[in-house]
Amino acid sequence: MTSTRPKSLTFQELILRLQTFWAQRGCVLQQPYDVEVGAGTMAPETFLRVLGPTPYKVAYVQPSRRPADGRYGENPNRLFKHMQLQVILKPPPENIQELYLESLGAIGIDLHQHDIKFEEDNWESPTLGAWGIGWQVMLDGLEITQFTYFQQCGGVDLDPISVELTYGLERIGAFLQDVDSIYDIVWARDPESGHEVKYGDVRLADELQFSVYNFELADVASAWKHFELCEAECKGLIDQYAAHRKAPAEAGSWDKNRFPLLGAYDLCLKCSHMFNILDARGAISVTERVGVIARVRALAVGIAKAWVDQHQDEPAPAEASPVAKKSKQETAPVS
Amino acid sequence: MPDFLLEIGTEEIPARMIQTAAAELEKRIHDLLVRERLPAAEAVSGFDTPRRLAVIAPGIPAAQPDITEQLTGPSLSVAFKNGEPTPAAHAFAKKAGVEISQLERVTTPKGEYLAAKVTKKGRSSAEILAEALPKEIAFIYWPKNMYWRKPSERFVRPVRWLVALLDDQVVPLEFDGVRAGNTSRGHRLLGEASVRISRPGTYVEELYAAKVMGRDVRKMLIAEQLSLTARLANGFLRQDDSLLDTVTDLTEFPTVILGDFDPEFLSLPEEVLVTVMRDHQKYFAVEDAQHKLMPHFLAVLNTEGDREGIIRHGNARVLRARFNDARFFWQTDQKRSLLDRVGLLKNVTFQKDLGSYYEKTIRVQRLCSWLSEIVRQNNIAVRPGVVHKAALLAKTDLTTELVKEFTELQGIVGGLYAREQELDSELPAATRLAIADVIYDHYKPESMEDSVPRSLEGAVLSVGDKADTIAGMFALGLVPSGSKDPFALRRQANAIVKTIAEHKLPFRLTELVQDARAEYAGSPAEKKFGNKDFASATGSFFRERLEFYLRDTLGFKYDVVNAVLAAGAENVVDAVARAEAVTKVRPSPDFESLSVAFKRVKNILRQAQESKKQIAAAPDSNLLQEAAEKELAGQIPLTAKAVEALRAGQEYEPALLEISRLRPVVDKFFDQVMVMVEDEKVRANRLSLLQTLLKEFSTIADFSEIVTEGPKESSN
Repeated sequence: MTSTRPKSLTFQELILRLQTFWAQRGCVLQQPYDVEVGAGTMAPETFLRVLGPTPYKVAYVQPSRRPADGRYGENPNRLFKHMQLQVILKPPPENIQELYLESLGAIGIDLHQHDIKFEEDNWESPTLGAWGIGWQVMLDGLEITQFTYFQQCGGVDLDPISVELTYGLERIGAFLQDVDSIYDIVWARDPESGHEVKYGDVRLADELQFSVYNFELADVASAWKHFELCEAECKGLIDQYAAHRKAPAEAGSWDKNRFPLLGAYDLCLKCSHMFNILDARGAISVTERVGVIARVRALAVGIAKAWVDQHQDEPAPAEASPVAKKSKQETAPVS
Repeated sequence: MPDFLLEIGTEEIPARMIQTAAAELEKRIHDLLVRERLPAAEAVSGFDTPRRLAVIAPGIPAAQPDITEQLTGPSLSVAFKNGEPTPAAHAFAKKAGVEISQLERVTTPKGEYLAAKVTKKGRSSAEILAEALPKEIAFIYWPKNMYWRKPSERFVRPVRWLVALLDDQVVPLEFDGVRAGNTSRGHRLLGEASVRISRPGTYVEELYAAKVMGRDVRKMLIAEQLSLTARLANGFLRQDDSLLDTVTDLTEFPTVILGDFDPEFLSLPEEVLVTVMRDHQKYFAVEDAQHKLMPHFLAVLNTEGDREGIIRHGNARVLRARFNDARFFWQTDQKRSLLDRVGLLKNVTFQKDLGSYYEKTIRVQRLCSWLSEIVRQNNIAVRPGVVHKAALLAKTDLTTELVKEFTELQGIVGGLYAREQELDSELPAATRLAIADVIYDHYKPESMEDSVPRSLEGAVLSVGDKADTIAGMFALGLVPSGSKDPFALRRQANAIVKTIAEHKLPFRLTELVQDARAEYAGSPAEKKFGNKDFASATGSFFRERLEFYLRDTLGFKYDVVNAVLAAGAENVVDAVARAEAVTKVRPSPDFESLSVAFKRVKNILRQAQESKKQIAAAPDSNLLQEAAEKELAGQIPLTAKAVEALRAGQEYEPALLEISRLRPVVDKFFDQVMVMVEDEKVRANRLSLLQTLLKEFSTIADFSEIVTEGPKESSN
């Protein structure tokens, strides 16, 4: 080794540092969700947790699959599957922006040597019936994070509001290591031998093979069948929940908390993934497209409504919403 | 008199919203102070950055002035019985807050009454401001609002601090749980997290010390640094005013840096490079003395400097990746020619009910063939083949990777590719180039400031493409209303009007949109057409657009525009010519007087119709009695014939002068002839004469719409 310059963080150190940072600020460290999703937002740890009154703080890495974005591993900046570090703070603390900037310090970015801007970028997911207001955070001209105040999810107005921070891990990794291709990012470095494993070593085959699958070989007929099976079952579950709630007497000793809305949500995620594969295969015509998105949204909205209903009796924990409580105390003497 | 300061501290406000909101807040506070009788000694001024909106009002009264008013009480006869005050007198004294002995007496026409002088104490400005400002803040209009916690106010972004000072005293106001104080915040990285503001007068300096500059200072500084920095690379800044505004509203303490990119990228078209820099990275481009792009960029930072070049390095890295992408897309796109892409348009939605871009392409192609034919019939040289081919290929760039990535380059990319791919080798090179230019230009003009397509063929395609969109949307009932115009139909109609006017195209507006509507016949889209008012809705829509064009773009006076459009709003070129003629003739005394006469004619006819008076179908010369009416009746056909000849040749100014020569005859008629006489036949005949006058001479403009200054009787 000739260089005396300290090595920048490896990809896995980057993840570890961010996780440690948020764990130290009270977040539950979750593991990636084990059903295919297009974004960290779709994992139930975001989609379902932001609903209802219960405060929650969570951080997790979420590999996110977007079949149409695949480039056979040939484009240095684009991936079929990229990784997001997702942080949900419900409700957000008042100093949320400062906290976020501190997290950049934790991964070795000295902000005094950089240019940082919060530029308007609102987020919307028609498939999830979700939207929020926020920014893309620009570091020296590079978008490194999506910062969103969720307003609605599954068509439900949120109360309390959650903040979602989505760090683009590959972009940040390439930035820290100053490499031009994602595949050149050092993923791990053996502390003893100094042997480096690159992002390409870990993931290139993944990108190539899934591009071939998603663009060329995925069976359109069976993908449609999968879609329809999952949709029908999901819809059936949502209807069943609604029917029980409408006629509780007939349901007898039915316990609403046992009802597997989480199972229904998995089915909805599978529909969304099948839609993405069909889209990448060019199997969805113009006229169908809007309609299919609406079908997935109907499932997401149905589940969100049911979920809110299922959890409505949950008491908000005592430590709930420090911000709201504080302001109540402050405002009392004035009025 | 204390100075007043309000600062609303927020998380970063979207750049595009800051200016309007800052102006609104300034106006709200100015109006509030006037309304509350607390006017500032000097003009109220604003100070804004992405993280704050502030207003300073210098020298406002510490309190409202007291108001003394006289209250009138009961009459003396009621107030006193036998010299003793009655309960009514006691009650009045109590209400006025004085002893009975202090009450005054006033004499009114109705008799003597008790009265009292009451002084209403003015409230303190601190009290008024604390009470009123939270509402003013909450009422600021934002294109998009949010909640950051609940229950709470809505605002553009979370409000994190407030400063409200009257000199050094905090005004105790509160907005959404945030209490005002005297602590502001400096620049995120360069300044102190909390900055004490001593008083409004020192606010700007104290913030400057905390590395926060006001907008004017930032804008000037950025503009100056951009020019100077470009010179460092022996180049010149490529001016971009809207980008300058954006970066000004993204920074609190700006610095400009110069970066480079690999000159190899200059092989990509400038349009692509500049779009990537401007729209995606907010960089300014650098050009040489011949306006050719140079391999540099200028980035505006929100920090003090970049001594070690770290930031420049980072920005250059991002730009390299973007340019690499663009080059990759450019090369990938060449694998499939535009001609081969026509079929792919079946998979691109134009509008969910109007079908795909393929269907649009076919419709527009047919429509444009017809439009070319109209142009040709009017003896204007046009190349229908060029229009036809360009219409076929115009939308194909929507299937290219480059446009999918940089949507704002639609049309331009198609034009560039058409040039590159040499299309059909059987066509002469000049024709191929003409087709490429037509595709390149066909979205133009994108605003009223933008230029229209360069060629006549480009103008035809631009008009046809937009007419197709407007016709489809209106037929579906997706009509713009108020501030809602999600498909930018007004902008597209404005573009049609401007293009027709500048290229002097012979299209009539409602015929154009009806022809476009006809192309949908038999399509699946047509089954969804539910708008029964299509004709009247498009008619009034285009009339408004033409009115807007004449008034706001060309600057004609509103009454001239009304007069001209009343005589026809179909033919754009003709309407412009008539407006020009009316504007020229209007100052002449004959014309003024004639327009007064025409108003009178209109009134007489309206009243006659309202009172159900009969009007003869045509004037009968046998019923003419007075010399003046005989003269008028004799003159009308002569003038009409002369005017008609001039009008047919579109010689509007001489035509109007001809009409204005009627003035003495018309004046004499009104001086000497009574229209509403008892004799029914004579009256009907005279009314008919006036109707003929109005009808014959309102074909260029309706003179009665012209606003005249009226009789000059006022002394000043």
